[in-house]
Amino acid sequence: MIDAHLPVLQIVVPLMAAPICVLLRRKTMTWAFAMLVTLFSFGIATQLLSKVLSDGVVSYALGGWAAPIGIEYRVDVVNAFVLLLVTIIGSVVLFYAPPSVANEISGERHYLFYASYLLCLTGLLGITITGDAFNVFVFLEISSLSSYTLIAMGRDRRALLASYQYLILGAIGATFIVIAIGLMYMMTGTLNMADLADRLPAMFETRTAMVAFAFLTVGVLIKLALFPLHMWLPNAYCYAPSVVTAFLASTATKVLIYVFLRFTFTIWGAEFVFETLNLDAFLIPLALIGIYVASIAAIYQTNVKRLLAYSSVAQIGYMMLGIGFVSVTGLTGGIVHMFNHAMMKGALFLAVGCVVLRVGSAELADWKGLGRRMPVTMAAFVLAGLGLIGVPLTAGFISKWYLILAALEKGWWPVAMLALISSLLAVMYVWRVVEVAYFQKPDEDVEIKEAPLQMQISMWILTLATLYFGVSTDLTVGVAKQAAEWLLGVTP
Amino acid sequence: MEPGLYNYWVAIVLMMIGLYTVIARSNLIKKLIGLSIFQVSVFYLYISMGKVTGGTAPILGEGILIYSNPIPHVLILTAIVVGIATSALGLAIVVRIQEAYHTVEEDEILEQDRAL
Repeated sequence: MIDAHLPVLQIVVPLMAAPICVLLRRKTMTWAFAMLVTLFSFGIATQLLSKVLSDGVVSYALGGWAAPIGIEYRVDVVNAFVLLLVTIIGSVVLFYAPPSVANEISGERHYLFYASYLLCLTGLLGITITGDAFNVFVFLEISSLSSYTLIAMGRDRRALLASYQYLILGAIGATFIVIAIGLMYMMTGTLNMADLADRLPAMFETRTAMVAFAFLTVGVLIKLALFPLHMWLPNAYCYAPSVVTAFLASTATKVLIYVFLRFTFTIWGAEFVFETLNLDAFLIPLALIGIYVASIAAIYQTNVKRLLAYSSVAQIGYMMLGIGFVSVTGLTGGIVHMFNHAMMKGALFLAVGCVVLRVGSAELADWKGLGRRMPVTMAAFVLAGLGLIGVPLTAGFISKWYLILAALEKGWWPVAMLALISSLLAVMYVWRVVEVAYFQKPDEDVEIKEAPLQMQISMWILTLATLYFGVSTDLTVGVAKQAAEWLLGVTP
Repeated sequence: MEPGLYNYWVAIVLMMIGLYTVIARSNLIKKLIGLSIFQVSVFYLYISMGKVTGGTAPILGEGILIYSNPIPHVLILTAIVVGIATSALGLAIVVRIQEAYHTVEEDEILEQDRAL
């Protein structure tokens, strides 16, 4: 009985829980409640994935109104995988949150923090699960508005300006997406994704279709921060509270990549996008330039959070590169990297959060000698950093392997070389942190304790996940491959 | 009377005014005004799209055969709510920026940050 309603429970439970958090008000109680809700969402997401893998697509008519009139929630391999990713990160980061939040956000606003966190989670899950184009926009705004709030909670006053700039760019991006959806509706008379996919091909010759596609692509690319539309990201990640950075860095951009996949492959179709419009001729150079420019920018940062933020922009380049290959191997690489990068960046930002709690700063200059003073945290940082570089036996290696394989499959060896060489840049920016932390003496000899156990558990879950998924790839590559085949229509 | 493309021209002109204001102004409140104009232009676009020539309001009743498409109008109700929420949140952040920096000019704020 309850089984049939899983798709809607995925959204409704965290959505309803957010106002309840506001009513509860007590710090520990709101946290415990939010924790329960995220774990419940995680349970639903695992159920949904196993159901999709065994029985195929799950479709749910919201409120009992059938698809073209009502809103449909549609779960297939691709979004079941993303739902799982978002809920895993959501649970792990929330478990980590209390000590870090207590340190960085003033006590009377904690319940608001947890309420916004749940709303953001709802928005991200909603974008992923829905089968209705306009619904994507609504959930996108739910997640964006709550993430602006979360970012503005940073203790540095620069967080306010970062949040404001993100709000302006985010609103422009979202409005572009609405314009596109409006034009698509104008041509087809439907908002349901499956119907759109059926009716759009007849309209491909019209200028309206071109304009709609252009607005849509630019809007989504702003939100997912592909170079050169990434300007909002470094400041937002740098000044947001550590918990928020870890959560957003590993979920928000990933979900937008999913939106890009869904719109380009399922709705518009790979043939129109990549053969008629040749989007790949534009996507691959941007991805490569983005990887290099952002990695080089990362090398010159003096703040670890900002360094990792630039590295995120570079890693988004890898994911888009995989998508740009438009082959099963390439897409598998892109989707696997989406998952692996979420684990690695989550672990890295959680490690930064531990240091910020004890040292009080993410400035590289204050990290001197941390290798000896917080060995456990720094060990996690190094391991996850190795993943970022793509060292064998870490998750990062698997995704880069598939990306390079896809490039060679196409015979584009210069692209493969460039992707390989760019790993050296990752070595450089990870090394800068390692060098300061392990080989420089601290200015003053103060005893620093490790972060509380609760934070370390979360950090290590993600760190060990990057190692685990570097060795055992059944879950990640297996599901990603199915998702890639599904998107390209290779298997029915 | 046939409206032609008049509505769409208005929508595009408003869109450009809004977008230009967002980009060109350094006053944070003016930027938000520009953003609102930009969003409102999209409301016009949607509402114009729902118009059916010779149609009445979409009411169920005798003698009403041709009526305008209500779906874009309903969609835009949602978008209006989103637009209000965005403006409200933006203004709230500007209030806090004013408290923290004592100015709402973007270049002065950046200068204060650089001075640190």
